[in-house]
Amino acid sequence: MNLDFTPEEQAFRREVREFLAAELPDDIRERVRLGRRLSADDHLRWQNVLSRRGWLAAGWPREHGGPGWGPVERHIFDEESASAHAPTVVPFGVSMVAPVIMKFGSEAQQRHYLPRILANQDWWCQGYSEPGAGSDLASLRTRAVRDGDHYIVSGQKTWTTLGQYANMMFCLVRTDPEAKKQAGISFLLIDMQSPGISVRPIVTLDGAHEVNEVFLDEVRVPVANRIGEEGQGWTCAKFLLTHERTGIAGLGHAKQALRHLKTLAGQIRHRGRPLLELPSFRQRMVKAELELMALKVTHLRVLASARDGAVPGAVSSLLKVRGSELRQELSELTRRALGPEALPFFPGFLYGDEALEPERAEYAAAGAQYLNRRKLSIYGGSNEIQKSIVAKTLLGM
Amino acid sequence: MDFSYSDEQRMLADTLERLVADSDSVGDAAPITLWHTFAELGLLQLPFAEHVGGLGGDGIDVTIVMQAFGRGLVREPYVAGLLLPGTLLARLANSAQRERWLSPLLGGEYRMTLAWQETAARYDAHAISTRARRQADGWVLDGSKQGVMAAAAADALVVTARLDDGLLGAFLVPNDSRGLARRDYTTLDDRTASDIQLTGVLLPHDARLGDDASDTLDAALALGRAALCAEAVGAMQAACDQTLAYLKERRQFGAPLAGFQVLQHRMVDMHLNLEQARSMAILAATSLERPAGERDYRVSAAKAYCGEAARFVAEQAIQLHGAMGMTEECRISHYARQLIMFDHHLGDVDHHLEIVSERLTAA
Repeated sequence: MNLDFTPEEQAFRREVREFLAAELPDDIRERVRLGRRLSADDHLRWQNVLSRRGWLAAGWPREHGGPGWGPVERHIFDEESASAHAPTVVPFGVSMVAPVIMKFGSEAQQRHYLPRILANQDWWCQGYSEPGAGSDLASLRTRAVRDGDHYIVSGQKTWTTLGQYANMMFCLVRTDPEAKKQAGISFLLIDMQSPGISVRPIVTLDGAHEVNEVFLDEVRVPVANRIGEEGQGWTCAKFLLTHERTGIAGLGHAKQALRHLKTLAGQIRHRGRPLLELPSFRQRMVKAELELMALKVTHLRVLASARDGAVPGAVSSLLKVRGSELRQELSELTRRALGPEALPFFPGFLYGDEALEPERAEYAAAGAQYLNRRKLSIYGGSNEIQKSIVAKTLLGM
Repeated sequence: MDFSYSDEQRMLADTLERLVADSDSVGDAAPITLWHTFAELGLLQLPFAEHVGGLGGDGIDVTIVMQAFGRGLVREPYVAGLLLPGTLLARLANSAQRERWLSPLLGGEYRMTLAWQETAARYDAHAISTRARRQADGWVLDGSKQGVMAAAAADALVVTARLDDGLLGAFLVPNDSRGLARRDYTTLDDRTASDIQLTGVLLPHDARLGDDASDTLDAALALGRAALCAEAVGAMQAACDQTLAYLKERRQFGAPLAGFQVLQHRMVDMHLNLEQARSMAILAATSLERPAGERDYRVSAAKAYCGEAARFVAEQAIQLHGAMGMTEECRISHYARQLIMFDHHLGDVDHHLEIVSERLTAA
């Protein structure tokens, strides 16, 4: 038994690190470092660099144009990306709909959509949650009624992340209202330019516009845009959720956040001494450090078993719960570390292009980021849902 | 990166599984009946280097042994009576001392323990006040040691003492030495321990092991701590398994307890703690050959983490068993006692958090 990366894996890490140092544009790196919102163009610029290098679709097999990485390489890439302040690849196309298309899509669908995702030609968003269907996703009510070779789709989706930039949405719709709730669902790909679609921003408690409501009013969607059979949508959805959960522990981000916190706590002074030396604060930092150490090893255990062919399954739920709790704790400690500096709010700087004095800029995001990080224990299946999954599948309760 | 056992380790795990299943002694008054079986199975030689008569096992081998002991509530003093004194002997003894003390220890015919802890020093193995003075015909030891595990059954003790020149010495002290007084007692986790008074104990020159014992003592304690973490993981695993089984079997309000979400989530929290503690125990066991600073940082992190996790699992296990969990008759209470008292062996959460904290620096 050993916890070390192989020489090849270490060489790969160096390769990734050198690539990030050379290719990540400075302005994007700086925006990420300061916690500022990226524009659609920022995302695309970076994703085009990754695409040219062949590293955009980290999880894809070679046959579809991916780099053919295993779970260990993907982990190394994520970790290095986070520590270099690279933007996270917008997951909805590359990591979410693409695996579903590969698994359940027709050859024609694969030939059409996958190359477009690889080339950043489509911006995908996720049409899952509805006002009445959150954790209980299968109770969704958006209707799709067959009309010749089209479906007429009506309903409302919500929490649609970055939907304001999207030109495509993968969407769960109810095609059979009579069937048992999971059985009546189908998986449709919808062009966001279709007549009848409107997108309305939801401003969250951090003042950000990250999520949206999407209204569908008799939208005509070709039957050819259905993935899998009619009524097979729930199978696709479940498959997708297991993909969403791997890597959701966000350990690279947690590591980066702890490093940042230590720097801050070393600089900021409390009654004349570094905040790092305040016992009550230091104690919480130490606990966060221990939690991160444990999570890293647990994550390596999951990676090793995934590498050896096991399906991560419920263990990734454990990682999600503890990883999100840790990141939330770190965001809380960072906010507290800043003291009165956490109070000012500069939305024009954080979410736009307004300038700010450099010393202010360093601290400007922490307060809002704390609020934003509340989402970590809610999205991707809330932590309570994760625990219920573990209880059911791992513990047989 | 590889978390799998080798073929030999799998065999070791199977052997221990059977041994532990066959020798369940919960409820008995901690009889020491397995030590000779350990010797026959090679468990006493396992953790020591081949050139001193061991089998060259590593931290993971010890982890396998200790997890099984934790699961089966085996109370034989594998840590206190073998790993701790054995490490000091294996690394410090000259060949004559090895022949006389280590060989019979590994053969199972001679029992030993390590007397390192003192009341005033709490868990600090270096801040001791027991003294060793050199005199013409050997050494004189004066001082007292607290909570010396498995001392009553030991033939000899390895005793740490401060020398006049400031070095830390380790001395071989026969249990029947003149001037050695023992107060024996049992512990809350069903083990035996003693407080020991040393008053002008005379020892020959060759009773001293090596020169300064500080670094070796740290190495021995690191191994002991990693081993205790593994034992706690084994006990946590058993406590989780047993609590889960109880929740599935016990019915209230016309339904199994396992069907209640509030209990499901609590069970999952226990499981989360178990898996994270397992990771930390692995981290400790695979860090034993690293440079001392790095080794101790990781081992302390693991001991602190496992201490918290063990307490959580123990408390939840009792709570989820309801009043049954409060009874001595119910097996869970024995695991709970062990898991709570785990924190009091070789440094508790606060002790080890402080060590981690001292090394936490601004990035």
